[in-house]
Amino acid sequence: MTEEQTKLFTNKIITVEQIAPEAFILAMPRLHDFVPGQVVGLTLDETDPPRLYSIASGAREDEMRILFNIIPQGSLTKKLSKLKKGDRIYVTEPFGSFYGKADPAFWIATGTGIAPYLSMYRSGLEKNKVLIHGSRSLDSFYFQKELKEKFGDHYIRCCTRESDRDVFKGRITEYLRQQRNLPTDYKYYLCGGSEMVVEVRDILVDKGIPFGNIVAEIYF
Amino acid sequence: MQAKEPLFGKTLDELQEIVRQEGLPRFTAKQITDWLYKKDITSIEEMTNLSKEARQKLSEKYDFGLTPHITVSKSADGTKKYLFPAGQGKFIESAYIPEKDRATLCVSSQVGCKMGCLFCATGKQGFQGQLSTNQILNQIRSLPEREMLSNIVFMGMGEPFDNLEDVLKSVNILTENWGFEMAPRRVTVSTIGIVPGIKKFLEETKAHLAVSLHSPFEEERKKIMPIENVYSLPQVMQAIRDTEWGRQRRVSFEYIMFKGYNDRERHVKGLVKLLHGIKCRINLLRFHPIPGTPLQSSDDQTIEWFRDALKQKGITTTIRTSRGQDIEAACGLLSTRELGKKESTKK
Repeated sequence: MTEEQTKLFTNKIITVEQIAPEAFILAMPRLHDFVPGQVVGLTLDETDPPRLYSIASGAREDEMRILFNIIPQGSLTKKLSKLKKGDRIYVTEPFGSFYGKADPAFWIATGTGIAPYLSMYRSGLEKNKVLIHGSRSLDSFYFQKELKEKFGDHYIRCCTRESDRDVFKGRITEYLRQQRNLPTDYKYYLCGGSEMVVEVRDILVDKGIPFGNIVAEIYF
Repeated sequence: MQAKEPLFGKTLDELQEIVRQEGLPRFTAKQITDWLYKKDITSIEEMTNLSKEARQKLSEKYDFGLTPHITVSKSADGTKKYLFPAGQGKFIESAYIPEKDRATLCVSSQVGCKMGCLFCATGKQGFQGQLSTNQILNQIRSLPEREMLSNIVFMGMGEPFDNLEDVLKSVNILTENWGFEMAPRRVTVSTIGIVPGIKKFLEETKAHLAVSLHSPFEEERKKIMPIENVYSLPQVMQAIRDTEWGRQRRVSFEYIMFKGYNDRERHVKGLVKLLHGIKCRINLLRFHPIPGTPLQSSDDQTIEWFRDALKQKGITTTIRTSRGQDIEAACGLLSTRELGKKESTKK
């Protein structure tokens, strides 16, 4: 196995900030270069296998930031949310190939699946992109103010439980089903839970998007 | 009332801890493993070499823990597909495949799957939960044909290395001398390529490994298997190359043949290059299309040509006979239909 996935580097927490109910941003010094879209493994104990998280910060920023939410049945995320400045954390080198590129694309995510797109846009890859984010509640559209300013009409929010002006009421899959003439020559990046990825991919294929233009990252 | 914890599916270490907690003699753990994994009983009461007091104590907190199947579909070719309940309206599938000289059981390791492969029926139902060691091994122990079984393959629903701890425990119980005592070469675990899982599995067990390959090229694999974006093919191959395989242990590669996608001359060349120096086997599989998939199976002539081309290059290659096509043998179809029935009943 390549060393990048197993070798742990000691790092120190700069901040852990709660940005929405159950959602946090953890910041630490960036130890390695990475390509926007890559993941790192995190663990608090060298003997526990690291869990994978997409990097949410830009490739040239001094801090590396991780967006995560509390997984009720998991043990790591609860501990991560309680970390303080200076606490120790172990990280792997960045790896993976869900790379952001300059080509025109739809960036589609639910929940914290937006993290790799945050990294891509903070690395200057937002041109020719449409960002579609699905969430249950309005306060879980992380960084929406910043994203609205950056993407304008190309930032689409789909909310299942609450309504607001400029927000599509319903699931991301319903939004996509209603779209006509989705460009077939764009790339479609999907990131989130497997159910969303599989369902969205089926919808896109049904709408004539070649499956080769669909790039998926699954959270597991 | 809270359900009792099952003893079936516990390792020897876990049982030693249980007997310690219950104040029973240390050797009781070994007696229990004999009853659980070597004998044909179904209740703690039948563990007759344990004292009555010991059986009573155990029965207060534990039960034996077997769950019978709820339906079975029988194919004209002898294949049987069993549906087992997995709690809260969920189901898992196990396929019993008898052949002339052996009988194989294909077991599930998860309810549904998170991996989202483009060609997979199980992925369509999403991920619904992990199977416990008890639920994994129950598929074997509660199989009516269990005495006939010669081989176990973890190729049913789910990605085994996304449920690593319970899969490793299951393989341990299957192969240890206090467990089912199967030869490790009779057990194969199949993965789509979760590299840390491959490494741990290869370190901690002696069972065979199968890797779902489906293309020798990263970019093509990525389009049909999202895992390639996380653990790339070179990393998977490195983990395999770093392993001392010995004489008994085997790695094989599963390769579903998709028409016009992965069945060309360049794929033969790509496979030869990718597998250079690895003693392995390639199993070619026909694709049984699932609803909504944009992929089609290669025809028989192409599959045979592909096999011959690989053989000529020195790679042991077989075409896996399709079994149970008349009973929706493609993994995931039966349980998805059953899940759909339950959900429509709920509405």
